[in-house]
Amino acid sequence: MNALDESVLDTREAGYNFAYLDERTKRMIRRAILKAVAIPGYQVSFGSREMPLPYGWGTGGIQITASIIGHDDVLKVIDQGADDTVNAVNIRRFFQRTTGVATTERTSAATLIQTRHRIPEIPLCEGQILVYQVPIPEPLAKLEPREAETRVLHGLAEYGLMHVKLYEDIARHGHVAATYDYPVMVDGRFLMSPSPIPKFDNPKMHMNPALQLFGAGREKRIYAVPPYTRVESLAFEDHPFEIQRWREACSMCGARDSFLDEVITDDNGARMFVCSDTDYCSLRRADSLDTTQGEDQ
Amino acid sequence: MNTAQWRYVPPPEGNDVESIAAEAGPILRASGLAKRYGARVAIEDVAFDLWPGEVLAVVGESGSGKTTLLNCISARLKPDAGQVEFLTRHEGVVDIYGLSEASRRLLARTDWGYVHQNPAEGLRMDVSAGANVGERLMSLGERHYGRIRSQAAQWLARVEMDASRIDESPVAFSGGMRQRLQIARNLVTRPRLVFMDEPTSGLDVSVQARLLDLLRTLTHHLGLACVIVTHDLAVARLLAQRMLVMKDGRVVELGLTDQVLDDPQHPYTQLLVSSVLQP
Amino acid sequence: MTPAIRIRDLGKTFVLHNQGAAELPVLRGVDLDVHGGECVVLDGPSGAGKSTLLRCIYANYRASRGSIVVHDRGQSVEVTQASARELLAMRFRSMGYVSQFLRAIPRVAAVDIVAEPLVERAAGDIDAVGEARHTAEQMLLRLRIPMRLWSVPPATFSGGEQQRINIARGLIRRKPILLLDEPTASLDAGNRLTVISMINEARQAGAAVVGIFHDQSVRDALATRIVDMTEFAA
Repeated sequence: MNALDESVLDTREAGYNFAYLDERTKRMIRRAILKAVAIPGYQVSFGSREMPLPYGWGTGGIQITASIIGHDDVLKVIDQGADDTVNAVNIRRFFQRTTGVATTERTSAATLIQTRHRIPEIPLCEGQILVYQVPIPEPLAKLEPREAETRVLHGLAEYGLMHVKLYEDIARHGHVAATYDYPVMVDGRFLMSPSPIPKFDNPKMHMNPALQLFGAGREKRIYAVPPYTRVESLAFEDHPFEIQRWREACSMCGARDSFLDEVITDDNGARMFVCSDTDYCSLRRADSLDTTQGEDQ
Repeated sequence: MNTAQWRYVPPPEGNDVESIAAEAGPILRASGLAKRYGARVAIEDVAFDLWPGEVLAVVGESGSGKTTLLNCISARLKPDAGQVEFLTRHEGVVDIYGLSEASRRLLARTDWGYVHQNPAEGLRMDVSAGANVGERLMSLGERHYGRIRSQAAQWLARVEMDASRIDESPVAFSGGMRQRLQIARNLVTRPRLVFMDEPTSGLDVSVQARLLDLLRTLTHHLGLACVIVTHDLAVARLLAQRMLVMKDGRVVELGLTDQVLDDPQHPYTQLLVSSVLQP
Repeated sequence: MTPAIRIRDLGKTFVLHNQGAAELPVLRGVDLDVHGGECVVLDGPSGAGKSTLLRCIYANYRASRGSIVVHDRGQSVEVTQASARELLAMRFRSMGYVSQFLRAIPRVAAVDIVAEPLVERAAGDIDAVGEARHTAEQMLLRLRIPMRLWSVPPATFSGGEQQRINIARGLIRRKPILLLDEPTASLDAGNRLTVISMINEARQAGAAVVGIFHDQSVRDALATRIVDMTEFAA
């Protein structure tokens, strides 16, 4: 957006390179990203560094963001759709301190979005980058613990095992049990874990104009879905993939088409449903205030 | 190759014994096979042909090399010398060790079966019977849950299992049932060649009898070519048309099962046959 | 006319390697032709090699020297040289063998044991399989095996009952060559007569029959020729 002004530069912590990582490391990570983009859905190993956050707190996503963030970027960080939770706040502050780059809560204003476990409701555009935080990059991990074997399976595209798991779910529960981290086929070739996003978000990955990057710090893997790539959730012909639906609408903005969080409001178990995506919700509320006609509550 | 797009079509049912003689050639040919571990010879100079629909028993005592041989001919253990050739359905004769890893694995999932002595090694113990039987179909691109399930149920019935146990885990099954499940899992893609490693050892005698009967019926009805490793001559007599006797890694006798058992030529075979207790 | 079985200079010696390579000669210089429609009875004392000769023809024993040529519907097989496959095909196509003892296959019902040769040939044709069972039942009836035993595995049957199952199985398919080793040994008079008729029917239909019969009356009823095996004792 705008060039960095001096006052912001001064807010950067002294003694740290831009975005914390040294340039050599950034280059190594960018190389891994290039490979990942060249082979959609394929897990690329990378030399994951010690970060000032522990494993399990998004170190993979942070390393990707740190490697590609530039002075002109505008960064948004969300955790479960919200900009104001602990994880999101800390990561955003980390980048403010080490880069001085502008930040935003508006999806449409961001060039770079780091997310934990959700895809923003507002559709992304060409030129935007979505960076996912991934705990377990290997979609077959629970079915086949040996890495030597899963490498061969990916290499030979032998994914019957995953369908065995889906079959088993249907046999036991009548439907596929996974409601998040629902496995997908990328470009018809690689089986991929989309990270623990709800299956509600899976369709958003398909043919998305934005670049999607996935980073797992503890497991040391990076993978990618380039813009306009096919991403298909696994299913059976007679048990097609379905997203979650709610009977309720958002109590705050009335949306019926977004992912809702269930919030318990008192000790008697009263509950309300609220959009998980805080930006989306606040935009809709702002819209409804502007217009003369009220929206259904 | 993109296996996801390739659709597996099982061969039509029925195998005319008369027409077997008119087949293009042996379904499996082993020549000059050898495997050594340092100075120790596991197998040496082993050669035989196996014809479509034929059951061959490989007998010998522990240390004879029979399991090594089975692993060499089923592409599980690369021999130090010799060749193993397989007559594919549509591509003629291939050297199994000349195939790519992908092709070999595909073959093992479609046209071949392997029945382990311990059924737990040949099954996924943590998924249901139905999933076990349906896995090969799924790996070949079958994506219709109902069809997978009905085929799995059919095969459970064919191996004389109660189809209502389709959703149970093999952990709850007895040894004999697990073994039958393993057989069903292998046969669902109608392989033309099945390798069996002591398929009835460790089972109770009555359970063995039932399983042997099943194997006899299945190999016959499905026209399976089979190589069965066993130390039990009675099993060989019951199931196999031909028998191969191994001692210290070498083939000492090879011929019609009843001939080898009733008129053994080699000293070791004579010893083996005369040592068997008759109840 | 080409004989169904032509044996020339057949010799059989057993070598018992585990008894210091002791040699046990049994047959020497056997020359024999058997044509379709004949019933050749092998005569001689115990140990003369009668069973041995039958087993050599069936390829259950391996001949030590000489030639056995089996001829059927235009195809000839040199039994002493043929491969295992050729022998299996020959047995399937041309030869029935009724041994003295029934090797009871565990768990298979009597009627299925008898029907098996026909079921094998049916190769999955449902109608033919149904017919096979029916034919087997007819044979069991004829041989006076009680119906309640039909679905029972014969391991627990009496010797005579087992022998009748054996015979039924051996005769159910009309094969051009029949080798019979004491098929009536444990039978009572009535059943013996039934078996005699069955064998005669097969012979009259053109089968070449070679048999060992202990009982004189059976020989008289069946033999078209008697061969003295002492001629060929080694």
